[in-house]
Amino acid sequence: MSALVPPLLSRRRFFLWGALALLMIVLPLVFDKGYALSLMCQISIMIIFSLSYNMLLGQTGLLSFGHAAYFGIGAFATIHALNFVGKAAALPVSILPLVGGLAGLLGGVLFGYVSTKRAGTTFAMISLGIGELMASASLMFPVVFGGEAGVSGNRVIGKAVFGVNFGPQIQIYYLIAAWTFLCILAMYALTQTPLGRMANAVRDNPERAQFVGYDPQWVRFMMMILAGFFAGIAGGLSALNYEMVTAESLGGWTSGVVLMMAFVGGIGFFYGPIIGAVLISLLAIAVAGVTKAWLFYFGLFFLTMVLYAPGGIASLLAMHKRLWNAGLLLMVMPAYARVTIPLLLTFAGLVSLVEMAYQQAEVLETPLLVFGASIDVNSLAPWLIALALTAFGLVLLKLSWPRVSEAWRQVLAGINGEVAR
Amino acid sequence: MEFFLISLLNGVTYGLLLFMLSSGLTLIFSMMGVLNFAHASFYMLGAYFAYQVSTYVGFMPALIVAPLLVGGLGMLIERYGLRKAHKFGHVAELLFTFGLSFLIEEVVHLIWGKAPVDYRIPEVLDGTLFTLFSTNFPIYKGFMMMVSVGMLVALYAGLTRTRIGLIIQAALSKPDMVEALGHNVPRIFMLVFGGGVAFAALAGVIGGNAFITEPGMATAVGSIVFVVVVVGGLGSLTGAFLASLLIGVVQTFAIGLNISITDVAALFGIELVASGVVARLTVTQLAPILPYLFMVAILIFRPRGLMGARES
Repeated sequence: MSALVPPLLSRRRFFLWGALALLMIVLPLVFDKGYALSLMCQISIMIIFSLSYNMLLGQTGLLSFGHAAYFGIGAFATIHALNFVGKAAALPVSILPLVGGLAGLLGGVLFGYVSTKRAGTTFAMISLGIGELMASASLMFPVVFGGEAGVSGNRVIGKAVFGVNFGPQIQIYYLIAAWTFLCILAMYALTQTPLGRMANAVRDNPERAQFVGYDPQWVRFMMMILAGFFAGIAGGLSALNYEMVTAESLGGWTSGVVLMMAFVGGIGFFYGPIIGAVLISLLAIAVAGVTKAWLFYFGLFFLTMVLYAPGGIASLLAMHKRLWNAGLLLMVMPAYARVTIPLLLTFAGLVSLVEMAYQQAEVLETPLLVFGASIDVNSLAPWLIALALTAFGLVLLKLSWPRVSEAWRQVLAGINGEVAR
Repeated sequence: MEFFLISLLNGVTYGLLLFMLSSGLTLIFSMMGVLNFAHASFYMLGAYFAYQVSTYVGFMPALIVAPLLVGGLGMLIERYGLRKAHKFGHVAELLFTFGLSFLIEEVVHLIWGKAPVDYRIPEVLDGTLFTLFSTNFPIYKGFMMMVSVGMLVALYAGLTRTRIGLIIQAALSKPDMVEALGHNVPRIFMLVFGGGVAFAALAGVIGGNAFITEPGMATAVGSIVFVVVVVGGLGSLTGAFLASLLIGVVQTFAIGLNISITDVAALFGIELVASGVVARLTVTQLAPILPYLFMVAILIFRPRGLMGARES
């Protein structure tokens, strides 16, 4: 994170926010299929959710394994509010996500008070416990959480205003998009406030933050409450989008997914979780459509990111942007070209192995097609070939990777030399 | 009386099983400062490995072989994965083990399928050990107790009476000094990780057939084990032991008690006519969330846990 953050509305920022708004308005006009629309709704919701998660992990340094609790609380509050509004018509549907946000905020006050007393590993475990507490409690109170079936509602209630009754998917998309835009703006603005800056200080060095006169526990508590608020809004939007909320939205799976999105996108950058939310949602659809092993690939992808690119995609982008600015991006390209083939070999070998293993386990009727070739998984030859491919690729990778490091070292030396001059 | 004694026995058995998991977790935590999120996944692997091995050579060899295999796997993972994540800090380590738990579950799906496998109690140990009043106490429960107590004694003796145990203890608190004395501390870490994971696997071997061996078993027991470690105090073996027994007994009793606040009130002659959902919940229904409530209570009143030594 850079030390100097430009003001919220410099000319460049204004242009960026305008572009984001324009993109959100134009996208559904380009991709107007029902399928694409619902995907965009889902992605928008996940963007708010993962940004709210990053308020904890990236900005305050709190690793949470139970963030779905606030999402779920918001979702259930909203769906109940929706059903209540259906009877009494007290609130317009468009501001119902705020109810979810407030419920999430209350959840943040309640659980945050307990959990933010500690940071680090203890916080992570408490958050896990709270997540599990909510998940098991949700099955105990069927009146509130609807048991296994969940609670459903109907968003097409009340009078249509200017023909908008949120029946068609496109209308709910624009509602979600508007909320998403507002939430991104608000969360970005928060990073500029004294609280947002203090959260960073508490993340980096709680003791020194204390010396400056701030109470780290209080700062963590405030960030937790606000993160709960935005997660609640995301939950509320998902309740309106699907018109149904199940106990699953409170559970460990949802917490895990948001963690992965924020981390893979890059927790050190404000826009990182946005990249993560878009990428993982799209990948989930694309990969799950092709193979049954998509969860396995996800786990592998996540582990690789943790071990080799802990800054996430956003930090990789930022690194290359620095080269681009210095006009040196071309210098690393030869080294990249050199590792491309070993990478592809390893990838091909691994994918073949995993796919054959799944084929073997599931005993599917259809013959397995790996890269267009039909393969008999019961004979030994394809296994040996795949294994050899993977091993060969890995060895080549190990041999050729030093060139990439060397190219980077030279380029960075070049940049730093220029700065020094 | 009968209910009390039987529940106590069952609770202690369950508590000892929890301790087999939480002891490894605690050792790994106090050594590396990292919470092994995938610890329960190794418990699951232990059960599956034992199932697989026992189909070839029977249960008794599996009892030894499966934990050794899982321990070896754990050492490899520590050496080639966790150690790499270590240089990026604790969050990266925690995330690594989180990703690992995810991956292990997928691998289990892949190899053994999504349905429970037929991992049974061996015939030798199937039967009644003794009858208390009118309830039979199975041999296998006694066997579980024996194995866990044996492990407990071995762990205690190993840590306090052997040379390697003393070095491990020293490496827990002063790794730099131990390294300066010429010991290979990273290798000790690897050994402790493998050992802790092997204990978890042993718990899986004896727990898998007593309960059920299915891909969801890691998640089911995992969060309880974390609760145990928090309640006991992070990094304290004694605390983990007390908390394991406590939570094991409390949960077993809760499952057996089919009364609610409304019932209790009725006992004192008060009739709660318009009592709400909460008042009508029985203790049995509350059992799944009791450990978590317990954890929250501990955190409010004694944030460092039962035996926790210091604030982290």
